[in-house]
Amino acid sequence: MIEARQLTKTFRDRKRGEIRAVEGVSFRVEPGQIYGLLGANGAGKTTTLRLLATLLQPTRGGATVAGFDVVTQPAEVRARVGFLAASTALYARLTARETLAYFGRLNGMAEADIAARTRSLADDLGMHDFLDRRCDKFSTGMKQKTSIARTLIHDPPVMIFDEPTLGLDVMAARTIVQFVRECRARGKTVIYSTHIMSEVEKLCDVIGIIHDGRLLAEGSLASLRASYRENDLEEIFVQAVGGLAAPAGGNVNPP
Amino acid sequence: MNGRRVLTIYGKELRDMLRDRRTLVSMIVIPTLLMPLIVGLVVFVSVKVIRQARAESPVVMVAGGADSPVARAALLAHGKIRAVPATEDWRARIANKAVRAVVEFPAGFDAALERGEPATVKIFHYEGELRSGFAVSEIQRFFSDYRERTVTARLAGRGLPATFVKPFAVQVENVAPPEKVGGNVIGGIIPYLFLLLCFTGAMYPAMDLTAGEKERGTMETILCSPVSRLELVLGKFLMVLTASLGTVLCSLVSMVGTVSLGGPLLVAMVGANRGAGAAAALPTLDPLGLVAVLVLVLPMAVFFSAVLLAISLVAKSFKEAQSYLSPLVIVIILPAVAGVLPGVELNGRLALVPILNVSLASKELVSGVWHWPHLALIFGSTSLYAALALAWAVRMFNREDVIFRT
Repeated sequence: MIEARQLTKTFRDRKRGEIRAVEGVSFRVEPGQIYGLLGANGAGKTTTLRLLATLLQPTRGGATVAGFDVVTQPAEVRARVGFLAASTALYARLTARETLAYFGRLNGMAEADIAARTRSLADDLGMHDFLDRRCDKFSTGMKQKTSIARTLIHDPPVMIFDEPTLGLDVMAARTIVQFVRECRARGKTVIYSTHIMSEVEKLCDVIGIIHDGRLLAEGSLASLRASYRENDLEEIFVQAVGGLAAPAGGNVNPP
Repeated sequence: MNGRRVLTIYGKELRDMLRDRRTLVSMIVIPTLLMPLIVGLVVFVSVKVIRQARAESPVVMVAGGADSPVARAALLAHGKIRAVPATEDWRARIANKAVRAVVEFPAGFDAALERGEPATVKIFHYEGELRSGFAVSEIQRFFSDYRERTVTARLAGRGLPATFVKPFAVQVENVAPPEKVGGNVIGGIIPYLFLLLCFTGAMYPAMDLTAGEKERGTMETILCSPVSRLELVLGKFLMVLTASLGTVLCSLVSMVGTVSLGGPLLVAMVGANRGAGAAAALPTLDPLGLVAVLVLVLPMAVFFSAVLLAISLVAKSFKEAQSYLSPLVIVIILPAVAGVLPGVELNGRLALVPILNVSLASKELVSGVWHWPHLALIFGSTSLYAALALAWAVRMFNREDVIFRT
């Protein structure tokens, strides 16, 4: 489970002064649920997810991930999170097997467990052909699969995806989307950030619209459609961030 | 902190770096080839130049002396110079190296000597020109012999012994051991090279493991694993230190090889006669002193590794890191060069100046001088600087604005 409580992150910039990247963001994601964080570039999606993954420390507020506090128990949190982003790359000079073993060891797994887990992940993802080849020789698809396996090696209960399909072709993006669905099916708590409307429509059980660091609207696709009296998610998004129409109640945060 | 995780990170970085051709070149190939190349080239060229210059008899112009056939004939008979008749443009000829020196006899030189009157022979040369210098010393050697013969003849004519003008002799003898002599000539260069290699060996991996990882996007991947920042710094730091010390070790092995195999090899290459002379020009170093130099270089390597890690972490890309670190090479070279300068000697205050202290102490150590209080001070202060630098690196890794500066 993920629970964010008034998460706030302020950065100091020499030129622009204080920047509030995330402000008072609260939400809750249950196991077996995909929470979609929808927002434009610079809306605060990445910062929010980095706060949840304890890569950054909140300026105010807090969050609990898999029962652990992100501020006081960051290592415990990271041990229970699989984090996949467009910006999380693979070590070019390691093979896929070495990559998995490395992250398995860092997660405190025994060698036998790592070997067994690597086998089963390679079975699931179809990685046997390239398991012992170096990552710098991989196609995009192979890299995706290896990255997915890397996030899953320690079988974390919580998965955080930060625009994982960014820059991928249709087929590679489909692999990711399929994989996110499987995570839900296995009862994992999933949070997924993107600016692609169709991905949100296809995947997410709950959608949070984030803009300028604030969560402006939240709810299932159906409830958002109902509250904005609009079928098209893009229109709903524009209205939510532009404040063109006041939401008509439901699970919507005040703007 | 979990020690096993630190070792896991270190092991992975080591494997990663050993698969990188650029690391292998900077860590093994360059330091291994550098020593024999430098020593070999310096020894070979200098021996060759000196021998060639000595072997060729310098061309010397003899002016005047038409009325002094005795002295003139003696000079022309001197086998070490090639005398040629004087011409009007002798100054130009010295300048364009056609003639190395000009000897000018004053008028009535023979007669003046006969009468016991003073006379001055002039030698014209080109100051700073090596072969012109050889010519002058050769001419001076001839005239001092000639003068001695004249004096002996005059003394004999008056029935006086040779000791009349030479009441006592002065003899200069060297008491420094051979390694001390070697230490002063080449001893300054070797620790300097160690320091430089210790720095350059750490430079590439430090950039690759920080800014390089940011650029490739693997930094975020490792940060979202359960590894703590402290474990991450220590793992990476150990790798950079390994590269730094590996570089020094490679250069040390190569240097010992150069010195021990270089002599016989030179003899084999240029023939026993010349080779022996060339081999004598190779440095003789106190091996125990070399070990002590390594002990001093150890905290220095820790210091360099930590500082380089901390600085290159600020950079967004490998290229940016390069632009930060390259000027630092000058900072390393300056105190190291100051240590090589003659006259700069180790004292209590200089023992606290990083880099310079190690450079100065190394110069003494390889020439067999052990000044324990200074050595302790240097080791202590360098270790302190190293600890501070490492603490700084850990701090930098904990700063969000540094680690996520992309």
